[in-house]
Amino acid sequence: MTLIEATGADEETAKPVRKRAAGRNWRLAAAGLVLPVVVLVVWQVTAASGLYSSAQLPSPLSVLDALGELAGDGSLWTHIAISVQRVVAGFAAGAGAGFLLGAVVGLSARARAFVAPSIAALRAVPSLAWVPLLLLWFGIGEGPKITLVAIGSFFPVYTTVSAALAHADAHLVEVGRAYGLRGGELLGRIMLPSVAPAIFSGLRLALAQGWLFLVAAELIASSMGLGFLLTDSQNTGRTDILLMAIVLLATLGKVCDVLLGLVERRVLRFHK
Amino acid sequence: MTITTAPAGVSLRGVGRAFGDHVVLRDIDLEIAPGEVTALLGASGCGKSTLLRMIGGLDLATSGSVRVDGHDVTGIDPRCAVVFQEPRLLPWRTLAGNVALGLPRDLPRNRRDAESRQWLAEVELHGFAGHRPRQVSGGMAQRTALARALARRPGVLLLDEPFAALDALTRLRMQDLVEDVQRRSGTTVVLVTHDVDEALKLADRVVLLGGAPTGVSVVLDVPGDRPRDHHQPELAALRSELLAGLGVPRRTPLERETHAR
Repeated sequence: MTLIEATGADEETAKPVRKRAAGRNWRLAAAGLVLPVVVLVVWQVTAASGLYSSAQLPSPLSVLDALGELAGDGSLWTHIAISVQRVVAGFAAGAGAGFLLGAVVGLSARARAFVAPSIAALRAVPSLAWVPLLLLWFGIGEGPKITLVAIGSFFPVYTTVSAALAHADAHLVEVGRAYGLRGGELLGRIMLPSVAPAIFSGLRLALAQGWLFLVAAELIASSMGLGFLLTDSQNTGRTDILLMAIVLLATLGKVCDVLLGLVERRVLRFHK
Repeated sequence: MTITTAPAGVSLRGVGRAFGDHVVLRDIDLEIAPGEVTALLGASGCGKSTLLRMIGGLDLATSGSVRVDGHDVTGIDPRCAVVFQEPRLLPWRTLAGNVALGLPRDLPRNRRDAESRQWLAEVELHGFAGHRPRQVSGGMAQRTALARALARRPGVLLLDEPFAALDALTRLRMQDLVEDVQRRSGTTVVLVTHDVDEALKLADRVVLLGGAPTGVSVVLDVPGDRPRDHHQPELAALRSELLAGLGVPRRTPLERETHAR
């Protein structure tokens, strides 16, 4: 009887708490929008004040017009599609390679001794330094751009996966061994799940870096994509398009991160 | 549910373990009969856990031979199951999923969940199969670890200070549970502990480890049938002897006075 009463009381108190927590979450999410709105207002006021010419600082509304213009003739979608395609392909290749090599280096001290110093040296090369070489090797097609994105995505995944696996929870690994798991099974059932949070933070970093390297690639040698839009609008004096491209890059980067974050939440829902 | 295991004997002959030049264990000779409950008692850091790990194949002796059921132990031994001091459950799996780690590999998929639940019931955790490790108490987590070990149907159950991290009341309940489970299954148990009362309550035989490097100091048979209570008067003398062996001699009232002064 007391038990039933207790659970009844529990439910009654639990509900408002949950509602309050949800309300707080919304308010926290809304808090993130305050700064962009302030920036928009300041931007609009400054642009309208006549302090700068419209070539230097177009108003937010004219940027919106530019968006409409490019969306209208369809070229906007081509630019976005080609950029997204490059990021997705490069990220998949780079993160995949980073994962495999990171796993090998993380699991084998010998492999680490042989490979890790060289990779660390390669990592120190600034991204733009690769561009001339990639152009020379792969021409001006999709090859060099996707490769550059892949290079950018490789290192965060490689670093986090190798470090995490090398320091995977020794207690859990021992349990796995004590209960007969070895090799691939030990890796798949114990080690990878136990380092999954680290892997995801590596993937998110890699995706962000992929966008970074994409713009570097498109700025230098391309005829399509958001990076190309940046240089092209600079050359033609279309500052409104330039700003629009920046806003688009920010939005796409954020959307990609949110999508990956949703996958992460789903996969890690039972991790501490 | 009946626990069917064929208890296995353990035989240690001249077993030693050195880490580099540092010799931790030397010349350990010990015969453990099938179905016997043996407590390895010793001070912290004396190497008693290392000895237990060598029986389970988690560590290998640098000299001598370790045999389980008449066969040399050369690696992780499928006839042994270990319960560690910490539950060491996989946090991303349910309690049933954790127990399933101990089930035989060839058990068909569709029977694994039911079997896991049965082993959970064995440690009085029916109804918690779907819980995650972080949702249950330390005692329940440790019971899950015990169920995982039992699911392996071990010939030898190796317990490495499994109650040390639990609060006093939970520890007493766990001891009773292990005692029950052992009696029903008849499995051989090797229990590592530094708790004299625990050893006297659960074990048929107490092996006191000591010296440097560590060897077997004394082997004592514990009188009386289990389940027993460590407050039984005939155990008092044994208790004093074991404590003295661990370097905690019994203090007389006179000594206490001397200390006070």
